[in-house]
Amino acid sequence: MAYALQQLINGISLGMIYGLIAVGYTMVYGIIGMINFAHGDIFMVGAFIALISVVMLVSGGIMDGPAAILIVLLASMAVTALYGWTVERVAYRPLRGSFRLAPLISAIGMSIVLQNYVQVAQGARVKPIEPLLPGGVTVLHVDSFVVQFSYMQMLIIAVTLAVLAVFTWLVTRTPLGRAMRACEQDRKMASLLGIDTDRTISLTFVIGAALAAVAGTMYLLRYGVIDFYIGFLAGVKAFTAAVLGGIGSLPGAVLGGLLIGLIETFWSAYFSVQYKDVAAFSILAIVLIFMPTGLLGRAEVEKV
Amino acid sequence: MSATTAAEARPNAMAGAVKDAAITALVALGLFIPIVGLRTDVSPSGTLMLRQRWGDVAILVGIAFAGRLAMLAWRAFRGEAKPASAARTEAIRKAGKSVAPVLLALAVVLPFIPGTGRYELDLGILVLTYVMLGWGLNIVVGLAGLLDLGYVAFYAVGAYSYALLATTFGLSFWVCLPLAGILAAFWGILLGFPVLRLRGDYLAIVTLAFGEIIRVVLINWASLTGGPNGITGIPRPSFFGLTFSAGGGPGSFADFFGIEPSPTHRVVFLYYLILALALLTNWISIRLRRQPLGRAWEALREDEIACRALGINVTTTKLTAFALGAMFAGFAGSFFATRQGFISPESFTFIESAIILAIVVLGGMGSQIGIALAALVMIGGFEVFRDLDEWRMLVFGGAMVLIMVVRPRGLVGHRTPSVALREKRSIGAEHVAEGHG
Repeated sequence: MAYALQQLINGISLGMIYGLIAVGYTMVYGIIGMINFAHGDIFMVGAFIALISVVMLVSGGIMDGPAAILIVLLASMAVTALYGWTVERVAYRPLRGSFRLAPLISAIGMSIVLQNYVQVAQGARVKPIEPLLPGGVTVLHVDSFVVQFSYMQMLIIAVTLAVLAVFTWLVTRTPLGRAMRACEQDRKMASLLGIDTDRTISLTFVIGAALAAVAGTMYLLRYGVIDFYIGFLAGVKAFTAAVLGGIGSLPGAVLGGLLIGLIETFWSAYFSVQYKDVAAFSILAIVLIFMPTGLLGRAEVEKV
Repeated sequence: MSATTAAEARPNAMAGAVKDAAITALVALGLFIPIVGLRTDVSPSGTLMLRQRWGDVAILVGIAFAGRLAMLAWRAFRGEAKPASAARTEAIRKAGKSVAPVLLALAVVLPFIPGTGRYELDLGILVLTYVMLGWGLNIVVGLAGLLDLGYVAFYAVGAYSYALLATTFGLSFWVCLPLAGILAAFWGILLGFPVLRLRGDYLAIVTLAFGEIIRVVLINWASLTGGPNGITGIPRPSFFGLTFSAGGGPGSFADFFGIEPSPTHRVVFLYYLILALALLTNWISIRLRRQPLGRAWEALREDEIACRALGINVTTTKLTAFALGAMFAGFAGSFFATRQGFISPESFTFIESAIILAIVVLGGMGSQIGIALAALVMIGGFEVFRDLDEWRMLVFGGAMVLIMVVRPRGLVGHRTPSVALREKRSIGAEHVAEGHG
């Protein structure tokens, strides 16, 4: 029981990270209908910017503790958003209105570029950092087993919820969110009604990248080691989460992320660590076979 | 009148271009300051420290500025891009007709061209392997319009089938080759069944997941596959029972034909083997395109609903595409295993699937010659940049983006319809659907 509770805490905090990345996938997919393959690597870039800021602030002895985390988070979000914007501008915008596979290949190319760019610029070795927020609260004490709820996990959950609240407000209450939803429904009609669709799409990428940066920062602070290759697996898992939740659906992305995080954690805890990826992917396949549009996705209406 | 306005417009355009380039440089500055300018290194004490590299940042920002300026100048100089006219498409098609025989002739005589050494032959084998994989995937993606991101899984199944059958039961390459193909096709059907209902990107992600599952299983099922260490000592193929041992001796290829034993013989043999396999793939897919099955694939790509309405069995049509594509990957996989003599899960990562898919799309989905050219450009180009070391993948990815941006429809952007009333005329690729599956 205590063991399961611990896994639940671990699973939710991991799932939050996946959920944040998945939102970026699902937003882009909703608006321009493409799989942004480079999004996982945007997450990796975000983690690296956070790493560099941490080293600069903490190892430089300028700042420490929660204030440092806030600055690191903001720095990572700002620069990663710029990366997201640039990727869209360079690799996707020229292909707008082109056929479906062209942006996909371009995105795969961009993913290779980002990965190897970071490898060349920052080196291939793994980068460890000291924990910024050690310690935690003991939730439960059963026999010799202690259920720990670390401050870092609390931070991840709190930050994710806050970011998602802001994001929900942005999408549902602001003119930008309205424009985004309009583009999602019918891009041509939206542009006829005076919405700057190019700008809206750019901003979608910027927001998606900023969310990925939050995920990257949280990942770095939670696990303490990153390398240039973390983006691939995290990206695939997050995309899996987005599809599982029903691609195009924002609550679905978060739900899918949580599910993937929980499945992975519980599978590693009770069965085998080696096959945790197999478990996540198999669940995806099974869900899609019985619910081809994901958990919260709308069924696509086919018009002839 | 118009001359003066043009003259007046020029300085404005110049100023605009410089401003545009300056903004680009500013963005580049923002991008490169953290990642390039501040490098994290592990210091001797085990913690991270920063090394500053502002010179590199300055160079990159300069490149961004100059590059943007050159691009704007090129655009102004070239003017509006003209859509390809029918006459031009026709001319390219005529030229393309002679390209294929020339390429084929070159491929056939390559081992006998003076100056062709071991390195060139190895490169030829590598390119041909990807040509074959591209043609195989083309059946699934280009003809049937099903987006498969896990093609490498079947390649892996083929390679491991051959390796395991050969090392465990001592079966020869020629027995294992069809077996590996059949096993891979079987896996294709096995994967095909559950995903038949899925369309578009759902299909893409499930095939990707399947590719990853196969790889994870290969890594972790160590008792069967050797885990991350892979399988070593995979037997080499023989030429109708004649071996290619370096020292010659009775029963060897050199001994039988009474020639000087040379390690080149095996490489030349492998080269012709993959050439034959690739041509077989090509021949079968060209023939199938003209048969009811191939027509059903293409009809499925163009419009699935119409297909159903006309009574085409969508299930079997999709499954055969999956199975045949997988079979050719299985052949290529067993060739890969016998050529390397060693396989490990390292060789079957997602990036391989991505490269094969990129070859198909860059080749201009569905065009056989285009795929061959794309494989030559991508894999050959990748080898040419060998000296770049860690920069090589960076250049490779950049080239992928660049080719797509410049030629979204691939290198060969036209089609000759498989079926036509009276006269066959090539059409622009814009008119070919890409399927939703």
